[in-house]
Amino acid sequence: MRLSPDQLILWQHDFVKLNATIATTWALMLLLTLGAWLITRGLSTEVTTSRWQAALEILITGIDQQIKEVGLAVPQHYLPFIGTLFLFIATANLLTVLPSYEPPTGSLSTTTALALCVFGAVPLFGIGRRGLRRYLRSYREPTLLMLPFNLISEASRTLALAIRLFGNMMSGTMIIAILLTITPFIFPVAMSALGLLTGMVQAYIFCVLAAVYIAAATGDSEGA
Amino acid sequence: MDNMTLIAAASTITAGATIGAGCFGPAMSQGRAVATALSSIAQQPDAAPTITRTLFVGLAMIESMAIYCFVVSMILLFANPFWNHAIAAVPGK
Repeated sequence: MRLSPDQLILWQHDFVKLNATIATTWALMLLLTLGAWLITRGLSTEVTTSRWQAALEILITGIDQQIKEVGLAVPQHYLPFIGTLFLFIATANLLTVLPSYEPPTGSLSTTTALALCVFGAVPLFGIGRRGLRRYLRSYREPTLLMLPFNLISEASRTLALAIRLFGNMMSGTMIIAILLTITPFIFPVAMSALGLLTGMVQAYIFCVLAAVYIAAATGDSEGA
Repeated sequence: MDNMTLIAAASTITAGATIGAGCFGPAMSQGRAVATALSSIAQQPDAAPTITRTLFVGLAMIESMAIYCFVVSMILLFANPFWNHAIAAVPGK
């Protein structure tokens, strides 16, 4: 039984393998970029705009609002990073309605890559906002004894981000595959709907947690 | 019992026990979390969006514990390194 789309090799030359995860990720990137370019070609500030532009605006202001509620005072600085994370994960999980589509987030490689992006972004934002010395000094809080625990928690919450997303998506696809061999129609449809819901919730959770970590690193209560 | 039988039996029993034990704790805590969230929404309906958002974040964190147990169970069943090693060591099958 195939655990993830990593094991479906589409093309191979020596040690270079093109598997289904990479191909699906490329297709997703193409879809998102093409869609964004098409929609933002004729941006207008009139009262009536195109439907797609209105949808994008709802999305952007929604993510803005969520980032602000997490505690980051100027959401625009963090919107590109967190918004991209949300759009990629949400689209990857939402397209499971398509037949014979395996979400790339069901592969540990993709989720680890996304978690590593957050792992790298948190110190970058923290240092950019507070300077190197104050950021490093924050690891000593509340006492110097906590230094190893702070470091461990950095690593473990990155790992948790990766495994949480991977586990949710992989379990969704695996449950549907198993149910398809037992009762072909009703239960797989119900589990597909549940899979869509958990996919959306996990995309939201991933981004909210990324925002919370960034807020903790930048010392969010220090104003704009 | 030879090696392969032992590995197969231990892996299967442990996989079942892992997923069974690993779903119990998170389920209980998620029930308590939702119950508390519902009672606080009933007390302060104005704060319902904040409470709901915090509830979902908390539920996802608790859920990830069950997910860890599920991943270990799946590894034991489908990507078991000990089983693969034992299979590879069987001469000429």
